[in-house]
Amino acid sequence: MTATDSAGMEDRHPMTGNAMDGNAEGGMERHTYDVVVIGAGGAGLRAAIAAHESGARTAIVCKSLLGKAHTVMAEGGIAASMGNVYPDDNWEVHFRDTMRGGKMLNNWRMAQLHAQEAPERVMELEDWGALFDRTEDGLISQRDFGGHKYARLAHVGDRTGLEMIRTLQQRAVALGIDVFMECTITDVFKDPSTGSGQVGGAIAGAFGYWRESGRFIVFDAPSVILATGGIGKSFKVTSNSWEYTGDGHALAMRAGASLINMEFVQFHPTGMVWPPSVKGLLVTESVRGDGGILKNSDGERFMFNYIPEFFRAETADTVEEADAWYEDKKNNRRPPELLPRDEVARAINSEIKAGRGTPHGGVYLDIASRRTPEFIRKRLPSMYHQFKELADVDITSEPMEIGPTCHYVMGGVEVDADTQESAVVGLYAVGECSGGMHGSNRLGGNSLGDLLVFGKRAGEAATAYAASLGAARPQVDDADVKAAQASALAPFEVEGGENPYTIQSDLQQSMNDLVGIIRTRAELEQSLHEIEVFKTRAATMVVEGHRQYNPGWHLALDLRNMLIVSECIAKAALAREESRGGHTRDDFPGPNAEWGTKNLVVNLNAAGTGVDLHEKPLPVMPDELKKYFETPAAPAPTKEA
Amino acid sequence: MAYQLKLRIWRGDKSGGEIKDYPVEVSEGEVVLDAIHRVQGTQAGDLAVRWNCKAGKCGSCSAEINGKPRLMCMCRLSDFAEDETITVTPMRSFPVIRDLVTDVSFNYEKAKELPSFSPPPRDADNKRRMAQIDVERGQEFRKCIECFLCQNTCHVVRDHEENKPAFAGPRFFLRYAELDMHPLDTNDRRNLAQEQAGLGMCNITKCCTEVCPEGIKITDNAIIPMKERVADVKFDPLVWLGAKIGLRNKDNDGRTEL
Repeated sequence: MTATDSAGMEDRHPMTGNAMDGNAEGGMERHTYDVVVIGAGGAGLRAAIAAHESGARTAIVCKSLLGKAHTVMAEGGIAASMGNVYPDDNWEVHFRDTMRGGKMLNNWRMAQLHAQEAPERVMELEDWGALFDRTEDGLISQRDFGGHKYARLAHVGDRTGLEMIRTLQQRAVALGIDVFMECTITDVFKDPSTGSGQVGGAIAGAFGYWRESGRFIVFDAPSVILATGGIGKSFKVTSNSWEYTGDGHALAMRAGASLINMEFVQFHPTGMVWPPSVKGLLVTESVRGDGGILKNSDGERFMFNYIPEFFRAETADTVEEADAWYEDKKNNRRPPELLPRDEVARAINSEIKAGRGTPHGGVYLDIASRRTPEFIRKRLPSMYHQFKELADVDITSEPMEIGPTCHYVMGGVEVDADTQESAVVGLYAVGECSGGMHGSNRLGGNSLGDLLVFGKRAGEAATAYAASLGAARPQVDDADVKAAQASALAPFEVEGGENPYTIQSDLQQSMNDLVGIIRTRAELEQSLHEIEVFKTRAATMVVEGHRQYNPGWHLALDLRNMLIVSECIAKAALAREESRGGHTRDDFPGPNAEWGTKNLVVNLNAAGTGVDLHEKPLPVMPDELKKYFETPAAPAPTKEA
Repeated sequence: MAYQLKLRIWRGDKSGGEIKDYPVEVSEGEVVLDAIHRVQGTQAGDLAVRWNCKAGKCGSCSAEINGKPRLMCMCRLSDFAEDETITVTPMRSFPVIRDLVTDVSFNYEKAKELPSFSPPPRDADNKRRMAQIDVERGQEFRKCIECFLCQNTCHVVRDHEENKPAFAGPRFFLRYAELDMHPLDTNDRRNLAQEQAGLGMCNITKCCTEVCPEGIKITDNAIIPMKERVADVKFDPLVWLGAKIGLRNKDNDGRTEL
């Protein structure tokens, strides 16, 4: 097929040292590092850069090729109170917006650190070659987004995530950090004789396989940073890619760490609804930030009917005021289209349910009638391209049809706010797979900032811990390696079972139907029942073929993670009897003050077959931060000087 | 509406393979990657294919569709007649690993050879200033999603494996041009582009530009200007004479040759 074949290929991958032959005998690859980072999106890359720069021998292990992680899909920008557009902006305002957006369920310390450190993390990207859009004065431009008081998102058109991942990737390459691409981690190892954390045993290493060859690989490392992203692939309509199977969530649970806030899943208000093959694909919030409005099939701009009490004082209640805001933010309040995502998604859902949806079951997102074609093509080039190529829709001349899509999980590994360390010594989690930062609902633009701020913190903390150990490192037990190997190969041993694609597809439909944007007790109970059935079916799933680049096998292994994470979501959603942020209960509408004081924590049960759940009080915010929330609803942004 | 697509897919590995028939039901609005996924889910669970975003943003699902290098996720079935056969084969310029998956490590190796961005210190207020019009040139090149279709189609390496060591390919000429046009970079990579990356081997046939799914004008906006700038230092007799007699070339102010 290619010229190299006739020339004869090396038995090993030239860059990774990967054995190319899936059936090769001769033991397992083994590597020793100080810090192993699992995942190469924004969080993983930033963590690896920090670890390397702090002096750690660092490896990045990722399921896809370098530069393909889901961060490339982020469109809007990085929220950071740099004050380039509005000098009044500062970390306190950003902190307040973040906490209010999360309906006060956020870990206050994470929200504080994030708001304080995001501006410098953005400047670092520029030092490393990122080319952000500029203001008239030549500074990094900042754009409006839902829930942010000031225009605050550093951006590059509507492809900010691509810019960010490419910048971090190029930085990591320039530093010479080792990258293990297309390599999936299936287990983390602990040494039971070490560790003093809440959970016995400190991290000793990790186990995985090369997707390309199917060969196994062991990492000996005292620090493992999980940066695996989210869980969206458990839902049918999602903006997430195949990689989002909750790997980090599940690895952490199996190691003994806990997850918090798993009931909070963000349904982004604007996903494509047609054609069917792209249903769920993200339409950036920047469309609304740049002037787009939502209309139902009657042509009504319906968001004015859905302004919640919590945000009433800072939201425009007339079309005139909303439209004037884009030009004059001082004297007008924000349009209701720019309420936080949970509010907008619920409103769209209600309009569709009330029979005011579009032919393909969405609502209209219209920027064509409000901005010039030149403006739209300049500010939203990817959206223009995406609709033109995939749906034959010219967004400069007609409205888009959009509807809610599963986008992000606020829940994740419970970590220490300053170091991102979990309850397991040596195990860190950062980015979407960690929990707490965003509370019950994430503001747009706060994800990219989260990746950078806590990626750096985790990389540094993991390095400091590894260095503190000296030569006395936790050891990987050979019996654990054998067990991990047997577990990974189990799907090949079964005969006559089901194909993993079918189980995955049924799980996605079930989660979408029963644990989606609006939830009820009966449906959540039904969902937990169905998950048990999927677990039984998955126990006997079968894969065809051999170990070399076999997506069926890869899915079979990922599916285990999807099932456990789905159970966490359904169980926590059933327990939380209120509606808050990304969790809406039809049978418990509205927030409940008592529920507002506690997190739900989930752990793997003792038998390792399901999840246990308990309540835990929220960390208490110190008085000097409480003052930002004392006025019931702050003066409208606009009335300030 | 739904119909039976005559789909053919190359199956095999480095030891060889063949194009096999996979008739599959497809429906309105679908793309080639949907058809591939349906084959994977129902007929060939072990069919190897790379993909991630399914939105033309990550550049993972590159392949050749009826011989033309394209992203499978952006190739709509409605571009073909319903009775037309669609044949999907792996990218030809890279060694096959399995089925539609190729070993693209050539590109990651070339990326390591390129000296990174090197800015001066920040301004006194700890910020940096650049004009929008100046960053836009580089921004066009940074739209690159690294699908490597330009690398795959470039005839300098497509049928000439022997050129690979001396030739970085269009994707990296884009990167050289981006850094050369960066308003703040202090490195001068013109000599490297010519000597190490093999810029001179490109004879601007524009094949790369034609296959770029991002519509980047690789040849016109990156390669040709970069060639001109290399020619300025290398072949311009006045510049040569100036350098000989020690005249200072202001174009080099603030830049260090690598």
